[in-house]
Formats: sequence, C-alpha cells, structure tokens
Amino acid sequence: MKRTGAQMVFESLINEGVDVVFGVPGGAILPIYQTLPEYPQVRHILVRHEQCGAHAADGYARATGKVGVCFATSGPGATNLVTGLANALMDSVPMVAITGQVPRAAIGKDAFQETDVTGVSLPVTKHNYLVMDPKDIGVVLKEAFHLARTGRPGPVLVDIPKDVQQEVAEFRYPEKVNLPGYNPHLSGHPTQIKKAAKLIAEAKRPIIVAGHGVILSKAYSELKELAEQAQIPVITTLLGLSCFPENHVLSVGMPGMHGMAYANIAIDRSDLLIAIGMRFDDRITGRVSDFAPNAQIIHIDIDPAEIDKNVKTTVPLVGEAKRVLAALNRQVEPITHVEWVKEIEQLKQEHPSHLVPESEGIASPYVIRQVWEATGGDAIIVTGVGQHQMWAAQHFFYTKPCTFITSGGLGTMGFEVPAAMGAKIGKPKETVWAFCGDGGFQMTLQELGTIAENQIDVKFAIFNNGFHGMVRQWQEFFYQKDYVATKFFNPDFVKLADAYGIKGFRVESKADVRPTIEEAMKVKGPVLIDFVVDAEENVFPMIPAGTSVKDMLERPPGTTLVESKDAST
Amino acid sequence: MNDNHRHLHTIVALVQDHPGVLTRIASMFRRRGFNIASLAVGQSETFGLSRMTFVVNTNQDDVVEQVTKQLRKIVEVVKVTDLSAEDIVARELALIKVKASSAAARSEIIQVVELFRARVVDVAAESVTIEVTGDQDKIESILMLLRGFGVQEVMRTGRVAIARGRKTPLKTTTAKAKDGPSSG
Repeated sequence: MKRTGAQMVFESLINEGVDVVFGVPGGAILPIYQTLPEYPQVRHILVRHEQCGAHAADGYARATGKVGVCFATSGPGATNLVTGLANALMDSVPMVAITGQVPRAAIGKDAFQETDVTGVSLPVTKHNYLVMDPKDIGVVLKEAFHLARTGRPGPVLVDIPKDVQQEVAEFRYPEKVNLPGYNPHLSGHPTQIKKAAKLIAEAKRPIIVAGHGVILSKAYSELKELAEQAQIPVITTLLGLSCFPENHVLSVGMPGMHGMAYANIAIDRSDLLIAIGMRFDDRITGRVSDFAPNAQIIHIDIDPAEIDKNVKTTVPLVGEAKRVLAALNRQVEPITHVEWVKEIEQLKQEHPSHLVPESEGIASPYVIRQVWEATGGDAIIVTGVGQHQMWAAQHFFYTKPCTFITSGGLGTMGFEVPAAMGAKIGKPKETVWAFCGDGGFQMTLQELGTIAENQIDVKFAIFNNGFHGMVRQWQEFFYQKDYVATKFFNPDFVKLADAYGIKGFRVESKADVRPTIEEAMKVKGPVLIDFVVDAEENVFPMIPAGTSVKDMLERPPGTTLVESKDAST
Repeated sequence: MNDNHRHLHTIVALVQDHPGVLTRIASMFRRRGFNIASLAVGQSETFGLSRMTFVVNTNQDDVVEQVTKQLRKIVEVVKVTDLSAEDIVARELALIKVKASSAAARSEIIQVVELFRARVVDVAAESVTIEVTGDQDKIESILMLLRGFGVQEVMRTGRVAIARGRKTPLKTTTAKAKDGPSSG
C-alpha cells in the first residue's frame, strides 16, 4: 500500500503497540505531526522541553515494561534529547526516539536547525539510523523496536529527513528483522549452569545481588524460587529495588555507597556472590580490590561485555536472567543456611540503617516513611538524584515490581518530574509519588505545564533544604564545610504550583507532615507539597568513593532511632 | 621483536558495509580508551560485508577481551575474532619515497630493494619510490636502511591478517547483509 513517510511512521508505531508518544513539534518533523490526527490510537503528550519527552518515555517504559517513544524536531529539538538518551542507555531502558531532520538535499550544508543527530547521539544510543529512503521506514522502525526491547534494552534513535516524511512510497512492515550482527544470548551455557549449581551447593555464606536485569526480564518468581530453595539472602541494587519484596524474610535491602550497612557487611563476609542482572557499578563496589574479598562470584548478565569488566567472575553466565535462573533452579537442591541468615539478622540489629533518626524538625527520611505508611507502600515512587533519592531507596519498602523508578547510572537531576508523568500515563490506576530535590525540581519544573494541561495525577513531594544536598554533604565531609555554589534561592513553590493551577501545600512542622500527605491523597489530580526539611541532613551510611566497607561511616553516635512499627527489613 | 613483546594483538571483524560503521567502531575505541595501533578496512569475499583488521596495543589480556566484547555489541559488527593466539599470516604495505640524486645512490637503493624483495614503482630525477610488503619487522628494517639515503615520504597501511590453513574463523554464513537500510 502507498503511504507517505509520515503515515508509515504511525503505521509502524501501531504495529508495535505504541499508544502514547511524548514530544515537541518543529519545522523538520511537521509532516509527522500533521499526520498525527489521522491516527487517534496514538496519544500525543506535548511536553515543554524535549529532554522531558525522553525522560517521560523512560518513566513510561520503566513503569510498564513497554518501549517508550518520543518525538523531537531537528537541531535543538534533537540535541535536547541527548540527556534523556544517555540516561536510558546507562539504565538499559527500552526507548525509541524519532527525530525530524532537514531535507536530504540540505544535509551537510549547515542548514537552519541542522545537526548531525546520528553523530551526536551515537555514544548515547544502543543504535541509531538516518533514513534516506521512505521505503526503509518500516524496516528501520521494526529493527529499532526490536533492538530497543530485546537483549540488553536501550534507546534507539531514528532520524528522518523532512522530505522523506513527505514522500509517498510502498509501505511494508516486515515480520522479521534481518540483523546478522545482533544475536543476544538468552539461555546460559549448560556447563556453566552446572558449575554455578555446584558452587551454590557448596557455599556456606551465599548472597544474591539482584539488579535491573531481574525487572527487565520479569524474573521475579525465578529469583524468589532460587532464594527460597537454597535459603540465600537477597540484596537489591538501586535499580533492582522492587524486584524482590522487601518484606520478605530473606530481603537484605540495598548495597553500596549509601546502602544498608548490613548489606555491605554481608557482601564482605559472603563466600559466594550471585550477581543477577547487575553490572558492579563503582557505587556498589567501592574499591574493587576490597569488594567481596572472600567470595567466589557467579555473574548472570545478558551483556557479555559486563562479564569481567569491573569484577573478575568465577562462573560467567551470559543470558537473560529469567531463563538462566529457571535453568539454574532446576539444578539447585534444597539447602539451608540457618547460621548465615541468623548472622545477617544479627547485623540488622547491630546496624539498623533502615531506621529513621529522631528529629525535632522535619527529617527527610521521616517524610518518606510517612508516605510509605500513608500509602501502605502501594505506590510507584519516582525520584530525582541526590540525598532524597538515597533516602527513598533506604526508607520506603518496595514489595511490588516496577514501583521504584530512578535515574541510577547517569544520575540525572530533574528526572523525577517528567519520569513520574510518564509513569502515571503508563499506569493510570497506580498512585504515583515523585520525590523531588529542590535543586533537581528546578531543572525540569516547566513540565508542571504539561501536568496541569493533562491533569496527570502525580503527587510531588519537594524536599526543600535550600541546598544541592548531596554535594553539600561531600563539601561537609571532604572539603571542610566549604559550601561553594551549593546554597541557593528557592521560589515559593506553592505559589508556583498555584500559577499552573496545581494544588500546593507547604509543610514546616513535623506535626503537619502526615495530615498533609493524607490531604494530598484525597485530591483528585496533581498536588505539590513543599516539605521544608532540615537544611543540613546527611545520608548515612556512607562508604566514601574509592574506599571499602571498612571505611563505612554510620550515623554519628548518640543518634536516636525511631522504631518503625511495620518496617520488616 | 615479535607481537608479544610489543603487546600487539590482532583482531579481525566482519562488519556490515553501512555508512557510519567506521565511526561507530572508532567512537567505541575512543570512548573506552582502547589504543589502536593500526586499522585496515576492505571489502570481504561477500557483497555487503567488509573486513577490518585491528592491531590493539595493550599488555593486559582483559583489555583485549573487552575490545572484542565491545566490538561485538555494535549492531553492525557481524563477527569478531581475536587472532592473537592463532597462527596467522600478517602483512603490511609501505610506499617509500627515497632521495636518489646520483646514479651511485640509485644503484645502492636498488640493491636494498632487491635484498628485501621490494619493488621500485616510480623513478624520478631526484627520487625513487619503493613498494614493500611484509610484516611489521620487515618494513621497519627496510625503512631503517633507506633512512641513510634520505626518506622523503612514507605511506604505510595498517596490518591485514588471515589465519593459516583450512581454518576460516570468519566464515560468512550469516551474510545476507546487502540492501540493508543505511544507518548513521
């Protein structure tokens, strides 16, 4: 059938089951936008900045497990996507970005709003395309979605010149892709699986470290089966949070720089570390030579390049977490590690990192714990980057998959506002809370316009301390409290919300925290709460960069902790 | 000196012949800080596929392993083989323009050329141009000898390599790459 290039784009999106696209129009992508009304199945959310289109697609993808899609025009529109693409690449999020390009004849001539977008996006995408012939659009988009969602997921960018969008050609959507250089390994090697099962049978102090790969391959029940079958405690990385219920008796919480002290000590004492869909980020390992010094390592990952990249592996298992675990579970005999589990339980008593410190003013962890209690933990939490992000990881307990959405690898401040928007659009029935740093919020707050316009029901909690808090903490610890460029002026966030027609609250006393959260939950539609929190709080525990668990800083002596009634970790 | 002493590793990749594929590969090497000593590209025996020979300079085996793994991650890279431990034939080619203003110098140069089984490909009033093929050691030896006459210009290719005998580590069974859409 004959179609314009623009129509082919939508026919392809519909073939891939896309129901929402986030974007901003512009000259070079107008043929696509003008075709949008012909395809009412595809909902378009007009964002206020292309970076947020990418982050919204990212949040949508993480909440739903589907591929997120965003549109941008050529030149500045496309360059604005770069942070969003880099963020998705670092965190292995499936995404397809479609950008308009100047007409073919103008390419290379420094035309108005021309940028070498495939060049610019090359290092921040899994793959990218410049489509020079409308006949290729179907093939390219088929490949783009395939690449985005299979193997180790990631963002794929497709750049389409304006005249290619306008030209009429025969449209064909292929059934299969032809990518001779792309064959992700899915099942683990049988010999290696046997070796892994043997190590598990022999281990006295095994520990699982589960990452994003468990979520991406939906390996929840396989993970649980392995943990229960062989009684292995489960640590979840920042991006792995929510893949294993934190109220499970074997859950040990998050490891790493700001991880639970007991999780880090457990890794230090373990004799077998089973890493599943995680990549030994420096924020987890600290000094690599001192990481898990007594442990043999089984590393399950779909990306062969992650094996032995940062940490030497005893048994590499390249494959999809779900399939590898299923095969492994068939060979793992029931076994118990009662002493080891008791030892970790003891560590939790001795180092209760998950407990909230007592405070007169509003402590951020207290706010997070109150949201947890008020929602019964039944909410999708989206965070920005910094102290509030770490507290959200430490003090909210995640029991349902895909309920913690955060920018891990790239650490993109401001991610929370658009990502929460995307998550809510993807999961309209779920309660969505965005935990925002006051610094990061001001990097993307223009999206309040998008949120108000579409009445996207996200509850925004701003942790207002007037500082780039995490940077301030580093200045306090490592630069003698020399607070250079970390203190800043904040606007009246309630008035700001009001300007957008969004209900706003300010909370300045501890007594008002819980009632305001409950009031916000009663409001239908978006709400912003400005929590004026203690200005100079620090995140503990902390393993300073490049050091090991032996250098871990825990809360200063004398800190009173609040026993939480339900916290079961 | 052989490759092991120089820490040189030969890696061969079969890649789809798309615009921008070289950029992708070069960008990956740059971004990850891998050191390419030489690179040669040419068409393979299959239409639509090119073969690249990389010489990577490192004394760490895990770097070589990362290079091959990161190469394999590039969608348009069809196959990667590390030939470091293989029995291979490796060749480079150099064009060398040498000053030869007297008949005596010219005849001495020609003796060197014959000794190395090289060839004179151009003779001008003041210079001769020599073509030499061989492994890196051979090219460096002839260059050293010719320096005495005054080397005016050197053009060298990167190394190309192939495994000896019946082994065809890069058999192109999956090569249906032609007419693929172009990618940036």
